Amino acid sequence: MIEGFAAALPANAWNWVAVWRRNYLAWKKVALVSILGNLADPMIYLFGLGTGLGIMVGHVDGASYIAFLAAGMVAVSAMTASTLETLYSAFARMHSQRTWEAMLYTHVTLGDIVLGELAWAATKAFLAGTAITIVTVTLGYAAWPSVLYGLPIIALTGCVFASLAMIVTALSPSYDYFVFYQTLVLTPMLFLSGAVFPLNQLPETFQKIARCMPLSHSIDLIRPIMLDRPIAGIALHIGVLGLYALLPFFLSMALFRRRLMR
Amino acid sequence: MLSGKLGHEDLRRLETGPIERKSEGPRSAKSSLPDFLSTVAVDFAGVTKSYGNKVVVDELSFSVASGECFGLLGPNGAGKSTIARMLLGMTCPDAGTITVLGVPVPARARLARRGIGVVPQFDNLDQEFTVRENLLVFGRYFGMSTRQSEAVIPSLLEFARLERKADARVSELSGGMKRCLTMARALINDPQLIVMDEPTTGLDPHARHLIWERLRALLARGKTIILTTHFMEEAERLCDRLCVLERGRNIAEGRPQALIDKHIGCQVMEIYGGDPRELHSLVKPHSQRIEISGETLYCYAPDPDQVRTQLQERAGLRLLLRPANLEDVFLRLTGREMEE
Repeated sequence: MIEGFAAALPANAWNWVAVWRRNYLAWKKVALVSILGNLADPMIYLFGLGTGLGIMVGHVDGASYIAFLAAGMVAVSAMTASTLETLYSAFARMHSQRTWEAMLYTHVTLGDIVLGELAWAATKAFLAGTAITIVTVTLGYAAWPSVLYGLPIIALTGCVFASLAMIVTALSPSYDYFVFYQTLVLTPMLFLSGAVFPLNQLPETFQKIARCMPLSHSIDLIRPIMLDRPIAGIALHIGVLGLYALLPFFLSMALFRRRLMR
Repeated sequence: MLSGKLGHEDLRRLETGPIERKSEGPRSAKSSLPDFLSTVAVDFAGVTKSYGNKVVVDELSFSVASGECFGLLGPNGAGKSTIARMLLGMTCPDAGTITVLGVPVPARARLARRGIGVVPQFDNLDQEFTVRENLLVFGRYFGMSTRQSEAVIPSLLEFARLERKADARVSELSGGMKRCLTMARALINDPQLIVMDEPTTGLDPHARHLIWERLRALLARGKTIILTTHFMEEAERLCDRLCVLERGRNIAEGRPQALIDKHIGCQVMEIYGGDPRELHSLVKPHSQRIEISGETLYCYAPDPDQVRTQLQERAGLRLLLRPANLEDVFLRLTGREMEE
């Protein structure tokens, strides 16, 4: 059994790169469409809510509402990009396209594949989050150059949500189940993590729940960085995000092994 | 260590070089091959695998010598694909031991896979990539650099007869071309052993013959091939030896012709167009054995002329006399037809 699980772990520190490069090559062919697709949604939210609600709300925590919202949208775009990549695209490669099966004929192990897919989803999250960051900096809603410290956090956020979505991908019999994760987990998380309004106006219970959610930790890091303010509890936030990236990763590998190597 | 680097240069030679096995019929006995080829490439000993209560592979033992084409023949659900997966270390057996190219599997499957090429039943090529990109990307999974892959890709394209299609997308290829590309892809690591799971299922006759011809070219090159098929003609044509599977059990093993001679040993008359039960009693005295399947009567008769005479006065009957084949063997051993 232990031998069996070892076969599902990454074989070494670099094998996953071949999987990542495969996805990169596929993405390169449709890069422009993909970037625009990933950008459109958070941009619409940013300017729709930012300008619309911004008129009523005015300032939040001493920043204009749109600047407050921008940090939330950067984190949310990273979350969405890596989630969608892992749910739909990785599932297609595992299930209908049988790409993973072909990879398993080679030197690549199941762990390499999962790690490669995770790194790829995080890359897409990084691209999406960075693109929005650039727009917000250009429009003056984020502080330069402090905003640069946000880039690794965007990548880490991508890893976290790819890792979590990997569990859903490993368990789902078909595409139809993904919507439950999106509507029952991600959407509530969006509202409970301080992406669109500050948490301190919520009841105590909800604030406690929010403390457990990875998105709130990600926003707690990205927002002060983008507004160039001091960050409280950096180690805690990074630690929580790190756990959310690592634990689901190992769990999903065990689940994939059960599913694919029966 | 498992993949010698001679192969790809030799692959080219095989295009022009003499193909030893030109005959379309079953090939010569293993005993005629020199000793150095008779090392064991694959060994299954008492392998069992079940899913829940369903036993898929049952105490299966067989071994495959280097350089031979070994067939796993059986209907769908006989356990062929599970055996192929176990051989690759993608499924762990519940009991028994598997050795592939001298390496225990699944414990060291990754090392074994270095010397294995796989042609799966369902194409899993990257549809959005070109032919060349498919080979390049697959080479990377074996740790090959772009330069290393590019060095062997021309010979692989030549092997697959896809030189002119190098920059075409896979989605533009015909079914036969895709299968050829899958074969070429399986050769990128210069494997000693090639596992082919139903290689011609779903192909048109023209493509099927092309695949068979390419497969023989690989055998001429000294590759070991394990072929799963439910297609009798394919097994009879290509396999040096085969084992007939039923519900995961090895029910017969040997050279195709030897199996036919042993289990049937005479010609077969197929009779249809009448009531099979009535015909049964009519031809019984002159037959060794009779099987009824649907509306067809299979009459295994040492002297078919006697049967013919017996049926002379019956109108509307159609008779077909043919040599016995593996399908008859299967029918004999299991009492049922090999269904698709």
